[in-house]
Amino acid sequence: MKDARGGPFPRLIPSFLRGAAGGRWLRSQARFLSFFLPAAILLIVLVVYPVVATLTLGFVDANGNFAGLQNYQRVIGSPDTINLDQFNRTCFQPPPGSIWPPRGPPCGSLVNNLIWIAIHLPLTLFTGLFIAVLLQNVRGGSLVKSLIFLGMVTPLIVIGVILRFILEAPIGLAPAFFGWLGIKSLAVNWLVTPGTLLPGLILGTVWSWTGFSMIVYSAGLTTIPKDYFEAARVDGATEWQIFRKLTWPLLRPVTLVIVTMTLLWELKLFDIVIGSTNSQGGVGGAADVLALQMYRYFFIIDYNSAAVVATLLTVFTLVVALALFRRFLNLPRRKKPAGSRRFLWTRHREPLGGEQPAPDSV
Amino acid sequence: MSGATPEERTRFERRSHSLRIRPKTIMINVAAWAIGLAWLVPFVGVAMTAARPLNQTSLGWWNLSPFTLTLNNFISAWNYPGCPLSLGLRDSFLVALPATILPMLIGALAGYGFARFQTRSRNFVFVTVVLFMAVPQMMVAVPVYNLMVKLGLVSNLLSLILLHSAWGIPWIILFMRNFFRTLPAEVEEAARVDGASDFKIFYKIVLPMSLPAMAAIVVFQFMWVWNDFFFAQVLIQNPNWYLSTQCVPRLVGQFVRPFDLLSAGAILTMIVPIGLYAVLQRFYIRGLVGWTIKG
Repeated sequence: MKDARGGPFPRLIPSFLRGAAGGRWLRSQARFLSFFLPAAILLIVLVVYPVVATLTLGFVDANGNFAGLQNYQRVIGSPDTINLDQFNRTCFQPPPGSIWPPRGPPCGSLVNNLIWIAIHLPLTLFTGLFIAVLLQNVRGGSLVKSLIFLGMVTPLIVIGVILRFILEAPIGLAPAFFGWLGIKSLAVNWLVTPGTLLPGLILGTVWSWTGFSMIVYSAGLTTIPKDYFEAARVDGATEWQIFRKLTWPLLRPVTLVIVTMTLLWELKLFDIVIGSTNSQGGVGGAADVLALQMYRYFFIIDYNSAAVVATLLTVFTLVVALALFRRFLNLPRRKKPAGSRRFLWTRHREPLGGEQPAPDSV
Repeated sequence: MSGATPEERTRFERRSHSLRIRPKTIMINVAAWAIGLAWLVPFVGVAMTAARPLNQTSLGWWNLSPFTLTLNNFISAWNYPGCPLSLGLRDSFLVALPATILPMLIGALAGYGFARFQTRSRNFVFVTVVLFMAVPQMMVAVPVYNLMVKLGLVSNLLSLILLHSAWGIPWIILFMRNFFRTLPAEVEEAARVDGASDFKIFYKIVLPMSLPAMAAIVVFQFMWVWNDFFFAQVLIQNPNWYLSTQCVPRLVGQFVRPFDLLSAGAILTMIVPIGLYAVLQRFYIRGLVGWTIKG
């Protein structure tokens, strides 16, 4: 009789275990492993081991001796990461005699990452939502969506280069435009002026990343039954009320996904900065970010500091990602009554996280 | 449309309806198209610079007074001595194609394992694997580089193929597992009763059914690998094997900015993922939406 339970490599299971009742557990493991093993090998060698090695690198000195938290103290205390002095004096203060732009940077890579999040996240979220709502009933809306989405499929390093054609002085649109308007402080080469570099790049990333929130919000909007809107209109609700009381609350799960993905992306920013400036993060490190700092440490062969920055980055991303994965994996939540808990090992009929119906089309 | 309503009333309603709605509809359409076109402006800037000689665009690509089209910029970027795009594009393809196919097959296999042979302990393995999706690339750079130095694979495209394959596997496992769970298990059970082995069931029955999911994976993974810059910078340090994304920043001169070369190089590099997106957009969006909303 043919052994139907052997997986792709039935010969790997010793013959005395095959068919023997006592070998059932081993057989089941072998059956699973025959599917998972190739992936497991690659993951262990090129993901798990390097992550662990980077973690340990952060706690040893260059000679491999245990160094405690010294590396962390050095990196976090470094003005590359948090430039508190600059932060207090000039980071947000304009130079004497003008209001904008602030003379500020460098504020440090971590501070820059936070500024990036504080400006980029709300802007890209609401721009995407606005466009998605606007495009709901537009003729050729899908083509407009594709145009806006182009920034998401372009290599990020190329996005950085493209921003030069907007921000850099002789050829860029922004300096010429503000010169034409007569605003002297903005009619400069945005990429070599410390005060304009970071805001310019942040606006550039809003441009390139809005496609994401727009597409996901558009898909989310199609999952809301049309009857809801009609019922609200019959009841005499204004468009704003419909949006505020109906669309926005119903889109909350989608918003959570977009916020998380955007945060992850903002934390890992790297290519855009290097593409539009250099590996130093622009003039005086005005647009330096954590990932770029790690890259610099890597290339000056300061592996321990590089490992520290990478670990900090990973801690941030994992904190953010856990919010998303809880949803993906249907991990039990504290607030739900015990009876309704769905543990992740229960078999669902629908795919994971399937609280919502699948969008029919985009 | 209902027969009960008198014709005049229907016509009147239709007219008033269209009268009420029309200006607003036009406004929304115009606004939407204006936004869409405004979003294109940076791309237009690059295209204008790439398609014309530098002396026409150096004071702003929007100056149209002398306007001649030329392919010279693309040719010189293609043959740029420091980092010829011809080699860069070749190397990008040499990395992106195997680094798409390999993790797709391996990830699909593992995803099937997680979808069908589910136990409590394996679910913890699964959660761990999926958590690796959130780890930034920077977290593995130093040890992977040291490992590749030991193996003698630095500046060898194979190292990049392996790294990208490993890096893509977690999300492919998640994606394929969720997809496989939507497939009816009855067909597989029937085949199993007929004596087919697990592996035969997988490649004869399950894989053919999962071609749409595979298409989504191909688009995502190929684009991800093609667009990557960090891993390439870490592992490929010999100028002869630079990928196209590595060439683009090297076209930025130190003191004089060769905008013509830069724009042409940027377009040559981005044309591949954009073309792929244009062709397989349906799968891309479906994958993106399924991945982010549905889970």
